[in-house]
Amino acid sequence: MTEPKAILALADGRYYEGIAFGAAGEAVGEVVFNTSMTGYQEILTDPSYEGQLVAMTYPEIGNVGVNPEDVESRRPFMKGFIVKNNTSRPSNWRAAEPLHEYLKRYGIVGIQGIDTRSLVRHLRDHGSQEGIISTLSDHPDDLIAKAKASPGLVGVDLVRNVTCAAPYDWDEGRWELGEGYKRRAAQTEDTKKRRSKRGSFGAPVFSVVAYDYGIKYNILRNLAESGCRVRVVPAMTPAEDVLALNPDGVFLSNGPGDPDAVPYAKENVEKLIGKKPIFGICLGHQIMGLALGGKTYKLKFGHHGGNQPVMDLTTRKVEITAQNHGFAVDADSLQGAAELTHVNLNDNTVEGLAHRELPIFSVQYHPESSPGPHDANYLFKRFTDLMAKHRSR
Amino acid sequence: MPKRTDIKSILLIGSGPIVIGQACEFDYSGTQALKALKEEGYRVILVNSNPATIMTDPEFADRTYIEPITTDIVEKIIAKERPDVLLPTLGGQTALNLAIDLAERGILERYGVEMIGAKLESIKMAEDRDLFKEAMRKAGLDLPRSGYAHNMREAMKIQKRLNFPVIIRASRTLGGSGGNFAYGAEDFKAVVQHGLDISPVHEVLIEESVLGWKEFELEVMRDHKDNVVIICSIENFDPMGVHTGDSITVAPAQTLTDKEYQIMRDASLRVIREIGVDTGGSNIQFAVNPKNGRMVVIEMNPRVSRSSALASKATGFPIAKIAAKLAVGYTLDEIRNDITRETPACFEPTIDYVVVKVPRFTFEKFPQAEDLLTPQMKSVGEAMAIGRTFKESLQKAMRSLEINSFGFEPKLLVSPERREEALRVVGEKLRNPNSQRLWYLGDAFRLGMTIDVIHQLTSFDPWFLEKIREIVETESEIQTHRGRFGEIDASMLRSWKQMGFADARIAALTGAGETEIRSLRKQKGIEAVFNSVDTCGAEFAAFTPYLYSTYEGEDESNPTQRKKIMILGGGPNRIGQGIEFDYCCVHAAFALKEEGYETIMVNCNPETVSTDYDTSDKLYFEPLTMEEVMNIVDREKPDGVIVQFGGQTPLKLALPLERAGVPIIGTSPDSIDLAEDRERFAALLNRLGVKQPENGIARSYDEAFQIAGKLGYPVLVRPSYVLGGRAMQIVYDDDALKNYMTHAVAASPEHPVLIDKFLDDAIELDVDALSDGEDVVIGGIMEHIERAGVHSGDSACSLPPKSIHPDIQDEIRQQTIVLAKALNVRGLMNVQFAVQETNVFVLEVNPRASRTVPFVSKAIGVPLAKIAARIMVGRMFLSKKRCFRSTNFPASIRFLGRK
Repeated sequence: MTEPKAILALADGRYYEGIAFGAAGEAVGEVVFNTSMTGYQEILTDPSYEGQLVAMTYPEIGNVGVNPEDVESRRPFMKGFIVKNNTSRPSNWRAAEPLHEYLKRYGIVGIQGIDTRSLVRHLRDHGSQEGIISTLSDHPDDLIAKAKASPGLVGVDLVRNVTCAAPYDWDEGRWELGEGYKRRAAQTEDTKKRRSKRGSFGAPVFSVVAYDYGIKYNILRNLAESGCRVRVVPAMTPAEDVLALNPDGVFLSNGPGDPDAVPYAKENVEKLIGKKPIFGICLGHQIMGLALGGKTYKLKFGHHGGNQPVMDLTTRKVEITAQNHGFAVDADSLQGAAELTHVNLNDNTVEGLAHRELPIFSVQYHPESSPGPHDANYLFKRFTDLMAKHRSR
Repeated sequence: MPKRTDIKSILLIGSGPIVIGQACEFDYSGTQALKALKEEGYRVILVNSNPATIMTDPEFADRTYIEPITTDIVEKIIAKERPDVLLPTLGGQTALNLAIDLAERGILERYGVEMIGAKLESIKMAEDRDLFKEAMRKAGLDLPRSGYAHNMREAMKIQKRLNFPVIIRASRTLGGSGGNFAYGAEDFKAVVQHGLDISPVHEVLIEESVLGWKEFELEVMRDHKDNVVIICSIENFDPMGVHTGDSITVAPAQTLTDKEYQIMRDASLRVIREIGVDTGGSNIQFAVNPKNGRMVVIEMNPRVSRSSALASKATGFPIAKIAAKLAVGYTLDEIRNDITRETPACFEPTIDYVVVKVPRFTFEKFPQAEDLLTPQMKSVGEAMAIGRTFKESLQKAMRSLEINSFGFEPKLLVSPERREEALRVVGEKLRNPNSQRLWYLGDAFRLGMTIDVIHQLTSFDPWFLEKIREIVETESEIQTHRGRFGEIDASMLRSWKQMGFADARIAALTGAGETEIRSLRKQKGIEAVFNSVDTCGAEFAAFTPYLYSTYEGEDESNPTQRKKIMILGGGPNRIGQGIEFDYCCVHAAFALKEEGYETIMVNCNPETVSTDYDTSDKLYFEPLTMEEVMNIVDREKPDGVIVQFGGQTPLKLALPLERAGVPIIGTSPDSIDLAEDRERFAALLNRLGVKQPENGIARSYDEAFQIAGKLGYPVLVRPSYVLGGRAMQIVYDDDALKNYMTHAVAASPEHPVLIDKFLDDAIELDVDALSDGEDVVIGGIMEHIERAGVHSGDSACSLPPKSIHPDIQDEIRQQTIVLAKALNVRGLMNVQFAVQETNVFVLEVNPRASRTVPFVSKAIGVPLAKIAARIMVGRMFLSKKRCFRSTNFPASIRFLGRK
């Protein structure tokens, strides 16, 4: 039996021959690497990977298959998946299907059997760049040309591709072993009693509008469980419409690509500043930075993984964080409009901001994790505390 | 916060003699800690009774006490040295137990010694089962469900909450009998009744059994600011029921989703915080029910452990070193990651390879010990391998063990008509955990057993089983090329190599020779490349050359143009080969670095100092096989290779390496062979006029009786070419000899049996000597306390000899010199003598490092292995009289060997 071949070609002329897995076809996008050893299903379904081909540094992927629970959005968004070795016979009590079947179902092109370490070293040394995975062509030169021709994601509005079409409400809590996702307890009778019951959580205390730039479900789950009634709105929703809902706070979500390419997001946030408590994550944080008058820039190869050390400058404690971003806020550009609250210990990039007076803060990393450590989960409480304080005024 | 300045001196406790479950990993952790603490300028006082350790080398601590690790003695040391603090978490259970005793007896308080790393309460909470359970409950963590019953009615009530099987333990019985399993309602009643009957308080503990659940471990580090990081997750291949030291283990965990892994991570953070380990590393074990993911906490070690050593080697994160720095007040973010230099140690390593550890057993040496693995540890050593995939790593680990296995060799030869019987045997071998179970998995797949059936028998996770099935399937693909290996194409061969198949295994499967496969491979341009262990999955550049081989595209070994010497390490510990050889290898690396050479270490034992990335200039974590060593030689082109320091493992490679044109330095492989080959050796002794006990070589059953008859009983019998006195026995009559020849060994022309006249009432002596090719100096003469016939490794000995007349000692020196010259020794030599009245007999000559080198070196204050290494690169003695006065010994030190 000969296995179907696939080629990964990079814009700078490097290419790798491997074996196709998942859907057949061609996928063009920015090639990035992720260093998480667990959680490929969450990564696949993270809308922030829109427009990208993702290489996993951990070589054994697909071990636990795919299950209906570990999803971060309605479908996988990345363009292509690059792994050293896919397992066709997964093993886990929740596994519902093998990874390659899932990729096939959603039309995600995959390549396996390539030297992912040398790819990662190359991206590390030469920066992220456009690439193509093809199961159709065996002419690397043609593919390299296609990769070169790809415009890349700088200046491209990818949020438009991933945001929800219409507003919706969110009611699901966090996942618990043996219980699955927790549901909000029925409101009808004695909520207090039910609050302690496993598998459910209590009635909402705050109302939050969440801008969906490509939001991960686990953010919504955490907001819900922190006592928020969450209304998710499309990225283009005017600030006026949000204010008309009179929420206790506004949340700015993660999302794909270049923050400069979504000027409407920045403009709306500018109108919300000073009106409502705001919490931003990842792209939401970058948009916050822009709205406060700062600038963003593209990192050489970004941060994509679950082991990034971040120091909370107020407590001087370190949290191990999940990250997924290719752009960052330039600290100097803020010129005192906000203070630096969190910093990355690997490369000293900005990881968190807070407005000096207003109830506004944001982080570059992912306190909702999924995948990744839960160290930063306290930030959801920080948000509700802020809303509580602001509301009582 | 920087380091503490209120403390000046630190007492560190080592782990003492090597025992099962506590081997050289604590020399590794202690050595790292000493280096780290001295670097910070503290005065460090060390207590350890084991002189065969690097940590007890004089340059590591400011004051070293080679004394028994007992409360009385350590109290005296405390009284004398008055340390400010005691660091008990780096010397294994021995150090922890001693620290508890010192604290509980008020000794620490009396002398104002603070315990750092972990406080007494934390240690006790982690060690005491009941306190631990209570703490876990408080932290809201799940434990195996249990309850106490005082009668059958209560027992039945508890049982209703639990699923079968359950363990029933009678309370307060003498010797704390281990408990019994009940698998169903009938035996439950019987077992409970028995338990109630034998318990003096009529009480039984009924506990849910987690036998067959998946076992995981997390290595956790915490600093005093409560920053906590996970260094490594480890998944046990063998499920619950086999001691983790006896399990095949894999890093990182393979079969957890992120949701499950993070729950385990959160639990670990809660455990270390609840137990209250202030700073340093802990190991936390979990069991996971494969059916529903339920996770229970099994235990925690509030100290650096065997698993920490493995985790350090698996990730490149030096747990012991960092633990020592945290203990004196640093926080994780203040310490740099040595490997990346740019980033801090406050992070969680991510790896882009798979690590497999396989235990090494020695059941064949102890026929009376049953080859059955239980919660009690039985392995004596371990080998670790690194590969890009699990399949590659597993097969590398198997050949690292050095038990003459290069992969899944069949255990059974099955003919079609015997299939039923074979299935029965394999079923049996799979059901009961044993040292050969991994290989029987291969047989099971060859017999057509399905993953489901094997999983039923073994509870091995189907993910692992699938990988082994794929290996076995590929083996049959390779076999189709039997007799026509020349037709194997490059892509096929490359894919096999990527799956971890050894050249030797491919050769065996195709009927070719190993060298033929090697040349075929080279001819097709398929060469091993070396990847770095860098803690970060290549996200940052790595500066420490810690490498492993694989078959990929890019090589990261960057050979230099410097003069370089490669040292072959000792491989997995086993009986007869332990920490002593690692000591010699480490000394060689230190000495040759000082001589200006680039030093390259090759070893696969994760417990050792030699596999620390800063012991030598370059570390190759590789199996010590001809194939892997040659791959490194081809890449590095060393100016010399040292095979004489790592014990039997590298020695076996000496001749083949030399034949392959590798420059072996020091005593020539031919001289080593001359000393090992009984017939060549006897001829040499005859020529030199040196006496040897009368002996003969039996190549058959009958020959053995002839020789024994000629020599007269008692005789000493053993197979040829073995290390550590395997299957050596003193035989007093024909019956015993017959028994030995039928059960212990099968003599054959290829595997003869050596028969020596046993010298009654003789005194045995061990001599370690050095020669530079011209001059010979005696390091020390040791007299065995035990009578001749007790293996030298099991005998206590004294230096200098107590009961040997000076004239005879001179005779011994003279003979040693004659032998060294005759064998043209360059480096170390060990000679075993027996003295019967005034007659001196040579029992054995080993022109290489011996087990006693560390002991002698410490006793005479001269680093013999370092000098030997220098001789090997061409240095000569300068002023030997000054260095090696054999009369200038300190008082005799009692040194207990091990077996």
